Amino acid sequence: MSGLAFLIPIALGMGAFGLAVFFWAMRSGQFEDLDGAAQRILIDDDEDEPA
Amino acid sequence: MTAHTAIETPQREEIRDTRLTVPGMRCAGCIAKIERGLGAIEGVETARVNFSAKRVAVRHAASLDEGDLVVALRQLGFEAQPVAANPLGQDDRDAKQLLRALAVAGFGMMNIMLLSVAVWSGAGGVTRELFHWLSALIALPVIAYSGRPFFASAAMALRYRRTNMDVPISIGVLLATALSFYETLTGGEHAYFESAVMLLFFLLAGRALDATMRNRTRAGIGALLSRMGKSAQVLKADGTTERRAASELEPGMVMLVAAGEALAADGEVIEGTGALDNAMLTGESTPVAVGVGDTVHAGAINLTSPLQVSVTAVEGDTALAEIARLMDEAGQSRSSYVRIADRVSRAYAPAVHSLAALAFAGWMIAGAGWHQSLVIAIAVLIITCPCAIGLAVPAAQVVASGALIRRGLLVKDGSALERLAEVDTALFDKTGTLTLGEPRAEIDGLPEDARPVALALAQSSRHPLSRGLAASLAGAGVTPAQVDSIRETSGEGLRGLWYGDTVALERAATATDTLATQLRIGSQTWIIGFSDPLRRDAAETLRALEGQGVAARVLSGDRAPAVEAACRTLAIPGEGDASPATKLARLEALKAAGHKPLMVGDGLNDGPALAAAHASIAPGTASDASQQAADAVFVGEALAPVSLAIRIARKTMAIVRQNFGFAVIYNVCAVPLALAGMVTPLIAAVAMSLSSLVVVANSLRLARAAR
Repeated sequence: MSGLAFLIPIALGMGAFGLAVFFWAMRSGQFEDLDGAAQRILIDDDEDEPA
Repeated sequence: MTAHTAIETPQREEIRDTRLTVPGMRCAGCIAKIERGLGAIEGVETARVNFSAKRVAVRHAASLDEGDLVVALRQLGFEAQPVAANPLGQDDRDAKQLLRALAVAGFGMMNIMLLSVAVWSGAGGVTRELFHWLSALIALPVIAYSGRPFFASAAMALRYRRTNMDVPISIGVLLATALSFYETLTGGEHAYFESAVMLLFFLLAGRALDATMRNRTRAGIGALLSRMGKSAQVLKADGTTERRAASELEPGMVMLVAAGEALAADGEVIEGTGALDNAMLTGESTPVAVGVGDTVHAGAINLTSPLQVSVTAVEGDTALAEIARLMDEAGQSRSSYVRIADRVSRAYAPAVHSLAALAFAGWMIAGAGWHQSLVIAIAVLIITCPCAIGLAVPAAQVVASGALIRRGLLVKDGSALERLAEVDTALFDKTGTLTLGEPRAEIDGLPEDARPVALALAQSSRHPLSRGLAASLAGAGVTPAQVDSIRETSGEGLRGLWYGDTVALERAATATDTLATQLRIGSQTWIIGFSDPLRRDAAETLRALEGQGVAARVLSGDRAPAVEAACRTLAIPGEGDASPATKLARLEALKAAGHKPLMVGDGLNDGPALAAAHASIAPGTASDASQQAADAVFVGEALAPVSLAIRIARKTMAIVRQNFGFAVIYNVCAVPLALAGMVTPLIAAVAMSLSSLVVVANSLRLARAAR
């Protein structure tokens, strides 16, 4: 029982943190272009045109 | 393309945002190419590609206009069209709100479930009470936040003395919460917090899916006016000219209309002769020759040489605005269409309510206490949860529309799929729908070594003929040559230098009635003719439609002989010379005869018909207004998406009916359990998840259907 006393708040706190992160991500427009994000990792950063 | 000679200080320069749709982007290379290519242009601040929406948002100086960006993209190798600005609209806000509610409900569901599992596994006494209290602590705020979309809609329905799907949902959730809270206070055995939150979670998932399908509100006249020239060169009394926005024009002013420019107002030609492209207004593909004294309309594009036009009607008084009004009126009829989910919920809500009331009354009569009777009544409400019903339609429609997008067809909303599934006749506009709607060059006569030069010249102009030539050459796999110092002279053509030779695309000296242009390299010349060819698979698609039991006809504003020729080629009946009002009348007549017509068209003149038809599809090259009025938009040069849309829509409705069938069977099995008082929170949770999963899995079968 005493274990639960701090395990449950920790579990809830982690869940709430995840929720907060989701809200932040949504506000900053990270869900606007999901396919684009998947493609962009393939773009080379050097200035010449990709082949 | 006009050179921007004005040198302005960047700080004083007005910054604009333009969005262009670029259907041709396929990969990371395209994203990089577009963003870097546009970013390198003088006056462009940033370019950001949205790959999911196949769009690019450009922040640029006001000295560049949409047309310049389209040309720049074409030089990068992408077809693009400007889209009406869609500042984050109401729909986006609604969808975001639903997503937030969904996230909160998901968080609550998972955490309450942790505690509930412990209780179900046999935690008793003080532990159970503590866990119930914790559950209540999480559930109450979560339900208050996530339930709002349902509570608001239910309250609205009740205020108008009607009922909808949200009424039983709200009653079920609120009653279950209240009962659970009472059980918690009195130290009871069962609390249904997780059921209430789970119900909200699944229903919100359905709503969120539905919101992604939601139609953008029709911008009506605003979109139509963007088809008109946004500005015009006005000739002032002292002989100088100045650019004026279309809204600042007044009758009596004189506009100077350069070649390739769209007219910003209705008027009368007072100087010059030329040819106008009226395709957007009348659907007629052949340019109309105009001379002094002829009436010209806003939205027409001047093809050949500069004209002076005396303005007679502006903005709201133009022929274009008249079409916009027709469209708005025609669009009213479609808003009365009742979606299948609403039809089902009309029957569902009263049935569930009376069942729960009967259960309560029955147990009271049977001598159980009010507490037990109430628990059973609430269990009935929870177990007949419309989870599966709430997901049945959106899940299927989202999967179907996703599959269709991959095949180049964008369906605007769920009701469009439902209506597409019902059509039994199809009316096609000719120009731009059965045909490509833009002149394509006949390049067979051009020798191999001249083609790259022609492409380099054609690429750098916005003139429709140049665009057609560029498209034909690019389609034949030609790569542009290195042509320097290209200059465009209005009404004359293009000139450039290629290895020291003067090269030019210019007006064909011999051309009279047909469209043609002349390519000159040094001292050699070639005449290039143009025509508006039928889409490659037009005949095939019409046969496919016939196989689906949809009778196709042509209904076009183009001249009768041209329409008859096309009808003969395609072997379908048709009529030409139809004005927007005639088209509308034909559709109304078909609807009155009990048919469900599909209209496929692109021009403004099709706008009213598109809005009035039972369902409508427009090609991606259509005017903004037509795209607004249509249920679905297809991109590319093939017509096949039209028959594909009908096939997938019908399949979607079959899956939706299966989903409803399953939900009904599930309820038939589950309700007796609830009535017998055997539904514990555990059984409710398992049944709820299972039914939702089955419906989603069944809907996913559609993903394969579109391949």
